[in-house]
Amino acid sequence: MAAESVDISQAMVTAPATLGDWLVVAPVAIPIVFGAILLMVRHETRLHAGLAIAGLVATLAANAGLLSRVLSDGPQVMTMGRWLPPFGISFTADALGASLALVATLVAVVCALYAMKDIGATGRRYGFYPFMLLMMAGVGGSFLTGDVFNLYVWFEVFLISSFGLLILGSSHRQLDGATKYAILNLVGTTLFLTATAFLYGTFGTLNMADIARKVDALRETGPLMTLTVLYLLAFGMKAAAFPLNFWLPASYHTPSIVTAALFGGVLTKVGVYALLRVLVMLFPLERAVLSDLIAWVAAGTMIIGIMGALAQSDIRRVLGFVVISGVGVMMAGIALGTEQGLTGTVLYAFHSILVMTALYLLAGVMNELGGSYSLHELSGLYRRYPLLAAFALLLVLAVAGLPPASGLWPKVLLVRASLDAGLPWLSFAILLTGLLTTVAMGRVFILTIWRQKADAAPDGAAPAHPTIGYAALAVLSLPVLLLGLYPEPFIRVAEASATGLLDASAYVGAVFPTEVRP
Amino acid sequence: MEVALSVFVGIFFAVAIYLMLSKHIIRILLGVSIFGNAVNLTIFTVGRVVREVPPIIPEALQTPDTITANPLPQALILTAIVISFSIFAFLLVLAFRTYQELGTDDTDGMRVAEPEGEPLPPLGY
Amino acid sequence: MRTLIFRTIAPYLTSLMVLFSIFVLLRGHNDPGGGFIGGLIAASAFAIYGIACGVSPVRRALYFHPMAISGFGLLLAALAGWLSLFFDVPFLTGLWTTVSILGLPVDLSTVLFFDIGVYLVVVGSITSIALALEEREHG
Repeated sequence: MAAESVDISQAMVTAPATLGDWLVVAPVAIPIVFGAILLMVRHETRLHAGLAIAGLVATLAANAGLLSRVLSDGPQVMTMGRWLPPFGISFTADALGASLALVATLVAVVCALYAMKDIGATGRRYGFYPFMLLMMAGVGGSFLTGDVFNLYVWFEVFLISSFGLLILGSSHRQLDGATKYAILNLVGTTLFLTATAFLYGTFGTLNMADIARKVDALRETGPLMTLTVLYLLAFGMKAAAFPLNFWLPASYHTPSIVTAALFGGVLTKVGVYALLRVLVMLFPLERAVLSDLIAWVAAGTMIIGIMGALAQSDIRRVLGFVVISGVGVMMAGIALGTEQGLTGTVLYAFHSILVMTALYLLAGVMNELGGSYSLHELSGLYRRYPLLAAFALLLVLAVAGLPPASGLWPKVLLVRASLDAGLPWLSFAILLTGLLTTVAMGRVFILTIWRQKADAAPDGAAPAHPTIGYAALAVLSLPVLLLGLYPEPFIRVAEASATGLLDASAYVGAVFPTEVRP
Repeated sequence: MEVALSVFVGIFFAVAIYLMLSKHIIRILLGVSIFGNAVNLTIFTVGRVVREVPPIIPEALQTPDTITANPLPQALILTAIVISFSIFAFLLVLAFRTYQELGTDDTDGMRVAEPEGEPLPPLGY
Repeated sequence: MRTLIFRTIAPYLTSLMVLFSIFVLLRGHNDPGGGFIGGLIAASAFAIYGIACGVSPVRRALYFHPMAISGFGLLLAALAGWLSLFFDVPFLTGLWTTVSILGLPVDLSTVLFFDIGVYLVVVGSITSIALALEEREHG
């Protein structure tokens, strides 16, 4: 080796990595560092909230920087360890990944804020904040990675952390819910790994950009349809799509409310993101063959999800079913596969992350003030807490898809896209889901906020106004309202995401800037 | 060699799915564990099996001089083993705790989180 | 399991296994071995010590909580990646330097620190699971 100097430009990235490039990995690397520090100081529970919020705010800033860079300069890439792609693992941030990572981190910051009050010293000692940071690292990694096997690894990272969050407190209900959640999710990710094994056998590469540019050549010989169906199964399970959704209502109401808020807001959307990335970007023609099946799954998920919500009397369980029906709405855009439909799906994902987290936190505030999550017991909150009623009204309108809140525009886009695609029954299903959501959530609103029970406690015993709860709700309500009143910038980001998925050339070009090698 | 391995993979998947259809948590866990191993064997097989030539470049050369074994499937399997091992360890602890606390490992009997016969929500104002 | 022979042997066996695990960790650089397998050997050493002498002596002997050890390992591994920031190369790039210790040249690299981090993560998390299971059995 000493005799002749090795020409490393054949194997390694020679361009220096600038600080801007680091933005691609910072949303993952920052929460890992803070999570590790939090694990080390697990017994110093006073430090936890401050450290965790600092870490998440830094992550949020990195995500915002990354998104603005992606929007102005196109997809950003950093390949680990300097090895040239596809040999090094590339982190590839495009508009879809960067924007979802930004919204998910925003709700994580709000949840960390709310947990200051909701999670006591015991919960902190058992590691609430470290698990939360590591989970956000896993979620960020899933959104930003450009490698299929690496995506599997990040899935497992946030899965393991979510187990930890789910059993925090170890009540009987939690152990019961966590057992089902853990086993079914493990089966789902193992299916994902099975599909990835065949993917590797077919393509000989796991880099998404490399797959995207090789897929046309292998369409004749490779078992691509089998791969697509396996991925649909695996990610459908992760996203809680209809016949595979049973783990979600069995577990999401059991942990502490802030954990449920984070799960309900973020985790199913990672499944939807993976469906978008793999089915729409990597296997578009196979997805088109399956589009009828996906459309039926979408309609089933929406309608059966929301009908489940109608039958529940615990607010958290109602919300669990509403999460499922939202996944159905997002699947509708994947079934259509048109630019407008995908824009609607991405926009609905932004909306769903924000609103579902806010609704779970609202349930938490209601429990704090009314002492229960049951629709039989909560009542008369309007009289004592008009501000809470205002937040509740806005969020109920948002989740039902009514103006002036955020749910309207994605549904408008999806309904129009399904009409354009000649699937009127799909748009009918979306509208029917909106109606049933209005019924289900409207009933929650009427019973908890308006109803005045005869045997209600006297006014004097009312707990004080929950400052942190209001602050958390306000932070989340602001973008919800903004998305409803001034949707232009959000739609532009969603449109950029959709076009990036439909035409992967920019994504591929960012990973392989010079086509020197075959 | 690939044929024999494929047969084994098939048997592994069949055993895993049979065990996972059980009602008892412990059998499901054994099934999940075998499922993981079936997938690892799949990765190994799809990586093309080559006779034992380690992928090490001789000192004087810059590229390997013969066809070597593919090192990537082994890296993938190692990662998958690490992950499934740690999740399996966690799941064992969780299942054991659940068994102790709920007194059953029969999934039909685990109805604490979703109790049977829950009342409907209030139907009137 | 707590026979006289086992209890007498266990401390020696444990120290031998921990030593071997460190050997495997450092050998992993150029030969088979590495952080993960080394960590597993060390974790099984602590598990054996726990079976022989009870869980609380193990916790006392470790001094730090197993999860804190794994947190430190994670931090070490992550910082080994962040170090690339100061050399204008991407995350997790292997950086090498040679220092002279007692006149012998020793190659140091971020890869080594990453591997030590993996070792500590595995030791911490597996030991904490094993000790939790053993505590339940005897408690």
